[in-house]
Amino acid sequence: MKNIVKKYGDGFPAVNDVSIDIADGEFVILVGPSGCGKSTLLRMIVGLEDITSGDMVIGEKRVNDLAPRDRNLAMVFQNYALYPHLSVYENIAFPLRLAGAKDEEVDAKVREASKTLELDEHLERKPANLSGGQRQRVAMGRAIVRDADAFLFDEPLSNLDAKLRGQMRSEIARLQKKLGITTVYVTHDQTEAMTLGDRVAVLKRGLLQQLASPRELYGNPCNLFVAGFIGSPPMNFLPAEVDGTTVTLPFGSVQISAEKAERVAGKGLLIAGIRPEAFEDASVVDSGREGSTFRATVEVVEWLGNEAYAYIPFEAPPEVQQQLQQLERDLDGESLRTQLVVGLDGSSRIAEGDEAEIWVDTSKMHLFDPSTGENLTIDHDHAGEVPARALEPTPG
Amino acid sequence: MSGMKQKIGLVVGVGLILVWCLLPVVWIVSLSFKDAVAVTNGSPGFFPADGAFAGLDNYRDAWGNDQFRRAIVNSLGISLISTTLSVILATLAAYAIARLEFRGKKLVLTTALAIAMFPVVSLVSPLFDMWRAIGLYDTWPGLIIPYMSFTLPLAIWTLSAFFREIPWEMEQAAQVDGATSWQAFRKVIVPLAAPGVFTAAILTFFFAWNDFVFGITLTSTEAARPIPASLSFFVGADPFNRPASLLAAGAVIATIPIVIIVLIFQRKIVAGLTSGAVKG
Repeated sequence: MKNIVKKYGDGFPAVNDVSIDIADGEFVILVGPSGCGKSTLLRMIVGLEDITSGDMVIGEKRVNDLAPRDRNLAMVFQNYALYPHLSVYENIAFPLRLAGAKDEEVDAKVREASKTLELDEHLERKPANLSGGQRQRVAMGRAIVRDADAFLFDEPLSNLDAKLRGQMRSEIARLQKKLGITTVYVTHDQTEAMTLGDRVAVLKRGLLQQLASPRELYGNPCNLFVAGFIGSPPMNFLPAEVDGTTVTLPFGSVQISAEKAERVAGKGLLIAGIRPEAFEDASVVDSGREGSTFRATVEVVEWLGNEAYAYIPFEAPPEVQQQLQQLERDLDGESLRTQLVVGLDGSSRIAEGDEAEIWVDTSKMHLFDPSTGENLTIDHDHAGEVPARALEPTPG
Repeated sequence: MSGMKQKIGLVVGVGLILVWCLLPVVWIVSLSFKDAVAVTNGSPGFFPADGAFAGLDNYRDAWGNDQFRRAIVNSLGISLISTTLSVILATLAAYAIARLEFRGKKLVLTTALAIAMFPVVSLVSPLFDMWRAIGLYDTWPGLIIPYMSFTLPLAIWTLSAFFREIPWEMEQAAQVDGATSWQAFRKVIVPLAAPGVFTAAILTFFFAWNDFVFGITLTSTEAARPIPASLSFFVGADPFNRPASLLAAGAVIATIPIVIIVLIFQRKIVAGLTSGAVKG
């Protein structure tokens, strides 16, 4: 439905050469840390922000120079932007009234929307008297009464508390499936991105990093940034040296497959990325499973019932450390000390201060080039779209 | 019992302020009910002495005076027209100042402020000359123009503050919903700025209604003379004996429109109308 190539710049390119092709009925998430240009991109789609260059195409039609009202898109704002002087009913009816719809038609459509969103008993109230979640629903009602070509959401859940956020998240997913309308959703929350999207576009400083399904992003991140951004707790990054099929990590050596080894041969010092759940307490792993084990002293254990996280500090060489600190800055995080987060089974008996034997599934290990951040072991068939520019070395 | 003390203090304080503010008004009302002879002879009591109670006679006489009625019409007309025009112009100007970036924005604002600070008296003589030359002397527009130019700056400042308070998203939401810029302005922004609009309207109306200097200098007949100027010419039947009680009745009548307008507008000035538009 869309074929967007656009560049944006006021000296500083907030969105730089991003191309996303969104299919009809698809739910696409734009995600990234603050300041990555995701909201700007959304506002360019809806027409509230000028497009410096490139084309915005909606259903075969170039809309670059069309005013927002001529694009037939519906948008839910971060702060809802309800009209406080109008009742809930009139808020929802507003777009219809502007379009000059007849009263009966307005009434029918508003009632239908309010039924979908369970707003029936609030129709006569003013937005000021509604709770956050209700206001959110009114804002969505205003979007769905129109037969818009697409929905655009700008961080719609960031103002709600955690519990409500979970509810509204499933509400939005349900609504989108029911209405089958193309949706672009902006968020900085990777959980929302993973749970809602058919496809997720990860942005960093105006550059599209990777556009793929949540599963692909999780399993095959194209670079350090995507790997670190997707997943909670985040992926562990360790200094690694490859020699043949043997990878030397701070805690010992593990074996990797010959195919992977070939792709990283001769690169010298690398960064290994391993998700916490690729680790396990060696004593609870079936002996038949493939993988390597190593021994390390556990500093802290967080036991959550069904699972536990063990923290193991390690020392990284300066060049790797520098890259990791840069990555933390990109991800809006603080530069933490280098430590390994290990996901353990809830039945594991490892306690704080123990020297434990840890098993690691090396087939789930990624190896990144420390200078470019590129994932050397990426499986391109299952990584979605990776624009070439995303792999350029990060400046600074 | 500090709560009790506080309450008593509040009541005493409010009482004092009320007496301070309202005593002159009440006294005028009292005067307006005394008969002319009693006032001339000296009638110090608040309530009229025996036999000096004039009932509604003074009001009837004042209202029966043709000059007075004309002045009321002039005042109402001139004040309402200048208020309406001034508020419309100020709304548009303030919206532009709050929303658009243009060259000379600072200049417009400072000039507006400078005009508002200009002493009225210093402008009166040049205006008198000019108005006589162009034929605006002793006409409604001759008063409407100076009233507008003195009230516009204040109205623009008040309104632009209100517009700045309205989140950008409101307009953007309206535009996405299918409104033109003008529709977004009229259907979303103006209703939200209504308290500001009415504040500006009240201030403008007060200025125009209460003005004396322009009113007495730029008019010569009943064609345009407003009520404050007219009251000063109000001599009644006996030119050597100023009818104080009749004047008092006229003054009371002259305050009635102000009271009515304030009561109407005050209900519209509901602070915090924007609450609920956006979160937090």
